[in-house]
Amino acid sequence: MTGGQRDGMIIEARDLFLSFGATPALRGASLGVRRGEIVAVMGPSGSGKSTLLHCLAGILVPGQGEVWYGGQRLDTLADDRRSALRRDQFGFVFQSGQLVPELTAAENVALPLLLSGTRRGPAMTAADRWFPALGLDGLQRRRAGELSGGQAQRVALARGLVAEPQVLFADEPTGSLDSVSGELVMDLLTTAVRDQGTTVVLVTHDARVAAYADREVVVRDGRVSTLTGAQP
Amino acid sequence: MSVPLTLLGLLERGPSHGYDLKRDYDAYFGLGRPLRYSQVYATLSRLARDGKAVAGPVEQGAGPERRRYVITDAGVADVDRWLAEPVPPEPDLQSELFAKVVLALVLDRPADGYLDAQRAAHLQRMRDLTELKREAEPLGVLLADHALYRLEADLRWIDHTAARLDLLARSVGR
Repeated sequence: MTGGQRDGMIIEARDLFLSFGATPALRGASLGVRRGEIVAVMGPSGSGKSTLLHCLAGILVPGQGEVWYGGQRLDTLADDRRSALRRDQFGFVFQSGQLVPELTAAENVALPLLLSGTRRGPAMTAADRWFPALGLDGLQRRRAGELSGGQAQRVALARGLVAEPQVLFADEPTGSLDSVSGELVMDLLTTAVRDQGTTVVLVTHDARVAAYADREVVVRDGRVSTLTGAQP
Repeated sequence: MSVPLTLLGLLERGPSHGYDLKRDYDAYFGLGRPLRYSQVYATLSRLARDGKAVAGPVEQGAGPERRRYVITDAGVADVDRWLAEPVPPEPDLQSELFAKVVLALVLDRPADGYLDAQRAAHLQRMRDLTELKREAEPLGVLLADHALYRLEADLRWIDHTAARLDLLARSVGR
């Protein structure tokens, strides 16, 4: 154990409970993720898988239970410290890219760097570097609102990874894409995170997307069951 | 898969030795289950007997069975027909997955445990195929995708069934 967290684990949820009003979303959910691992979180609609991701990422605070990241309790941190940690350590990709439509594609990618204080020049240079690898060269100055769904999701992926986060949280990252575009996004995602050594928590209902992960867990009725691999 | 029609299709590209046909069959369709030479030559003999192909003379200085085969018009017509015909859909109504679930319910055994184990096995296979696709040539990717979509269909059935086990248990009279 290191600082209350198990060795090798970068992030852990322990026995989480969370309700929205009278509706329980998590009922004793536990999950540990090793550094550098890609874990797929699957489960039926409404099972609590996105809620679990939001708790692990410090977006939601559980009613009961503990969330540990890098040897410290995440759920008991003050809001501002949790926000800072989220900004500095985590990256996010959601189902719909949630890009800022008025900004160019490159400005969208650069956003996490700009928000954490990097000057515009170096931030834009870092953002531009992502475009060839994503097959988007030449689209850097295009407004986000003018991109196709597949292009926008690749830009969102670059935005999630540009600051080289320790953990990438991806919630249905291919959910709005056709199968060919979705496969391209997953190929790019897995290649990039393996190069960077980034840990990934990937929520998906799509088994073909989950097959890119090192292992998968299933959330049912707010609890996690591990189907393959050892239970970390 | 019909080996005779597949070989006949490969033969339509031009006169070929049995060796060439076997090599190309194995490259496209063998994937761990290559044809035996004896099977190739026996098939070519039957195709010649049935008027779908014609065997040329044995070539001088070559090894055994060194003769070229040429497809006939009747052979081309067979290939045409075969390529246009839909393969009968396989509803798999006698699948072992189905049998295990029903028997588990009838015998009051843990069907959910079996479904979880099957789910894990399916996903492991899908992971292997996804990894294989990273290094594969386009035809290998196409084949892996076919397997992945079929496994995904099973998985959807597994999830659907797992969500309805209580109802199903009642329907088998438990």
